[in-house]
Amino acid sequence: MLIKTKQEILASEITAPEVFKNRRTLIKAGIATLTLGAGLIPELSEAIDQSTPVKEAKLTPTPLKYIRNYTNYYEFSYNKEGSTDLAQKLTTDPWSVEISGAAEKPGLYHLEDLLRQNPSQERVYRFRCVEAWAMVIPWLGFPLADLLKRVQPTSKARFVEFTSVLKPEIMPNANSKSMLAWPYKEALRIDEAMHPLTFLATGMYGETLAKQNGAPLRLVVPWKYGFKNIKAIVKIHLSENQPISSWTQAAPEEYGFYANVNPDVSHPRWSQRSERVLASGFFTPRKHTELFNGYAEQVAALYANMDLKRYF
Amino acid sequence: MLLGLAPLFWLFMNIGFDRLGANPIQAIHFYLGDWSLRFLCLSLAINPLLKITDWKWIVSYRRMIGLFTCFYATLHVLNYLAVDHALMWQTIGRDIIESPYIIMGMIAYLIILPMGITSTKAWQKRLGHKWKTLHRFIYLAAVTAVIHYFWHLKGNLAEPLLYALIIAMLLGFRVLLWWRTKQIRLVVSAGNNS
Repeated sequence: MLIKTKQEILASEITAPEVFKNRRTLIKAGIATLTLGAGLIPELSEAIDQSTPVKEAKLTPTPLKYIRNYTNYYEFSYNKEGSTDLAQKLTTDPWSVEISGAAEKPGLYHLEDLLRQNPSQERVYRFRCVEAWAMVIPWLGFPLADLLKRVQPTSKARFVEFTSVLKPEIMPNANSKSMLAWPYKEALRIDEAMHPLTFLATGMYGETLAKQNGAPLRLVVPWKYGFKNIKAIVKIHLSENQPISSWTQAAPEEYGFYANVNPDVSHPRWSQRSERVLASGFFTPRKHTELFNGYAEQVAALYANMDLKRYF
Repeated sequence: MLLGLAPLFWLFMNIGFDRLGANPIQAIHFYLGDWSLRFLCLSLAINPLLKITDWKWIVSYRRMIGLFTCFYATLHVLNYLAVDHALMWQTIGRDIIESPYIIMGMIAYLIILPMGITSTKAWQKRLGHKWKTLHRFIYLAAVTAVIHYFWHLKGNLAEPLLYALIIAMLLGFRVLLWWRTKQIRLVVSAGNNS
């Protein structure tokens, strides 16, 4: 009930930027209004606190209908709207994640146990696709670090590799080898994986994650291009050697291991200087892309002394 | 004429009824680019069709088809400049410099636009034999337009491959014809020499 009210407020802010600038005031007004009716303040203020762990007061979430119908889920479809229906065939309950490699407690972890152990938090993050469009997504989930700490990585764990679910019987494109070698794989350096911004999402907009958005469990690394945010994770492997991500394997000169959002490092075929923010109207200028997608303050230290043009 | 405007009418319908999805600017952009390329293929198909079928009447449609190629390409470019980039010239400049796929598209457009402008009888007369040379550049425009299509995509190349195949066939037909004429000429001249 509460969540729904919040969603409606956000949706209306999206249409008018002037209104959006007064968001704080609006929220305060909303709280005031609600207080008159019921004693809901503790819950509400808690929700707001959780949604702003990195002081993202200015972010306006993209309407849910757009996020749900604009996904690159190539196993299902090459069309961004095409995976919306096709992905519904995926069974996401029950779900378990196999954690293996350099950890003290490897094993098969059931999602319901993970959810019980890791209370849901909200994170409103910018999402920047390598194709130069962007959105703002209010995720629900928990930090990847919380899960990793539980499995206790050993000193040999220098990288974390993730593998997506592969069900050729329901994934039309997973049979052909025309684009990527399936299953989809992505990886992070251990310090990136342990960073407090790095998140495992299980929901969005106060609801369970839609299947086309990567349900039941997906990675969210807000300072990297969207393709790093692997969907429907079934395996997490801790390794000593640097794994090869699916896109890097397909086109190493175009998609590097790091894939950090960086306006100064162009894709070989297109500029990364600007981005189209979804739901921003016609004749509205594109947004200037920010280094590390605007999270430089939090993550730049991870890449100190690194040539970002070389390690793209 | 009306048939050529039908795609534009359909686009306005889709904009009006908000049927273009989460990224309407890009949807418009792809749509206009697609139609420009379709008309380009169609204009290149006239000559082979004429040679095969001897339907002389189709030649009278070639100019119109070419103009529609130019029309949709112009809308495609305007959509990029005004609707997407809101005429922010500095951003546009850097975007073009850093994007090889846009440079390819630009080459195609810088050929198609003067072709559109000089498509009138008056220009044809004024340019004389240069007119034909200028309009032969359409082959280069077709090739760069398809490269433009290929280069902006991340993975799935089925659609540009289809266009590449069509254009390769249409250009291949001309090469074949040119080669055959050359052979015949050689045979004739060889016959004359003996």
